[in-house]
Amino acid sequence: MSRLYVARNTRVAARNLDGEMMIMSGKDSTLFTLNKTATIIWQSADGATPLDEIVERRICQEYEVDPAAALQDAETLARELAAHGILDVSENPIVSTKLQPVNSQPPKSPAGESR
Amino acid sequence: MSGLMQELSAKALTLGVPMSVQLDLTYRCNERCVHCYLDHDDHGEMTTAEIKHLLDEMAEAGVFMLTLSGGEIFLRKDFFEILEHARRLTFCIKLKTNAIMIHEREAARIRDLGVESIQISIYSHRPEVHDAITLVPGSLKRSLDAIRFLSSQGLKVIIANVLMVQNMQDYEGVRALADELGVESTLDPTVTPMMDGDRSTLNLGVDNTALQRLFRNESLVGNVEEFCAVPPRPGEDELQSLPCSAGHTACYVSPYGDFYPCVQFPLTCGNVRQQRFVDIWRNSEQLKEVRSIRVKDLSSCSQCTHVTNCTRCPGLAYMEGNMRGPSTQDCEKSYARTGIPSVNLQLKKPSVKNLIQIRMQPAVVAVSA
Repeated sequence: MSRLYVARNTRVAARNLDGEMMIMSGKDSTLFTLNKTATIIWQSADGATPLDEIVERRICQEYEVDPAAALQDAETLARELAAHGILDVSENPIVSTKLQPVNSQPPKSPAGESR
Repeated sequence: MSGLMQELSAKALTLGVPMSVQLDLTYRCNERCVHCYLDHDDHGEMTTAEIKHLLDEMAEAGVFMLTLSGGEIFLRKDFFEILEHARRLTFCIKLKTNAIMIHEREAARIRDLGVESIQISIYSHRPEVHDAITLVPGSLKRSLDAIRFLSSQGLKVIIANVLMVQNMQDYEGVRALADELGVESTLDPTVTPMMDGDRSTLNLGVDNTALQRLFRNESLVGNVEEFCAVPPRPGEDELQSLPCSAGHTACYVSPYGDFYPCVQFPLTCGNVRQQRFVDIWRNSEQLKEVRSIRVKDLSSCSQCTHVTNCTRCPGLAYMEGNMRGPSTQDCEKSYARTGIPSVNLQLKKPSVKNLIQIRMQPAVVAVSA
């Protein structure tokens, strides 16, 4: 079975609000929110790590879930987000030459912490 | 506002997150619009490094919507460097510009950077009217050319029109022009005072008759009967609600680093050159005062018929002298809509009882014994 690679589309706007990602599509200004597990997949979508590895390392180790079902859910999510143009999906690693986020990590707390 | 956006804003309010910020990059401008509220001299704008650092702090604080405005933003030579940095931080970006410096190359770059929308000021479909407002000959043509460049890149363009005495007859023409260009348009009949408090620009605002006509135009307001209806009396929930998002989930930063609740609310809460953005947001005494105000605390507005659907602006009220007071321009809009004067307008009327006074002193008659 071929592996799936996922990468955040560089034309979308995104911000983490209390563990849930707000995403605005650059294509048609549609607003999305991702729940906590979908947010983990979004944040891990670097184009280089295969989706099954993301699910295994970031989802299955943190949540009590059947690995096969989790991967299936993740693939459905990835294809849905790809259909809206906010995630790029490929059977090969994705190298983006365009804008790379300065820091894709969420803020340390909802309104930031002291340095 | 969409349901999802409302939900997110409510969550941001609960968490104390500044969802949206307007950052003015410069007050310098290449137009001289007759109604503009700004002083266009440069009094020491933030440097590129200062702005990038501020953007880092804003992203860390959770800001999502970022409006870059001015002055004219394209007058900053580092504009694209700032925009690129902001997009790397994944802000949702709206630009406000007159667009006269945007050509094919700039439009393509804006598209590549994933800007959400570009708002462009157009005051009339007739060059002689638009250019007489901007005081720049040829400005309408240049702005329209830019709209075409941006639209051809698939970007979302919004024409913003401010209704004044000078262009009162032209708003239908601007809307038709927007339709022809395939872009959205907005119309605002509010002319604001200068930021330094000078209120002379208010003379450019349209009168009550023009407002009445505007508010009875179905193509602008939808259901006229509904739009112009007298609102129901407020319930306890409405009296406990917040007057506006300024200072609650939104704020403004000037080119000099001054932090206000909103661009129309020039109450200095701090300066990002001296304090971290998030520290001002969390700890400013001025912001705490703004946040403490509920509708029930508004001096005359809480007693007013219009309180539940008035467009009262706390910033304009502040500029009139009291952030808990009314903003008279919005009282005038409510009056034009419903025909019922607000409490504030009634108080402003001179008392009829003493309008005509005759004072008399009887002649002193000397009586000699």
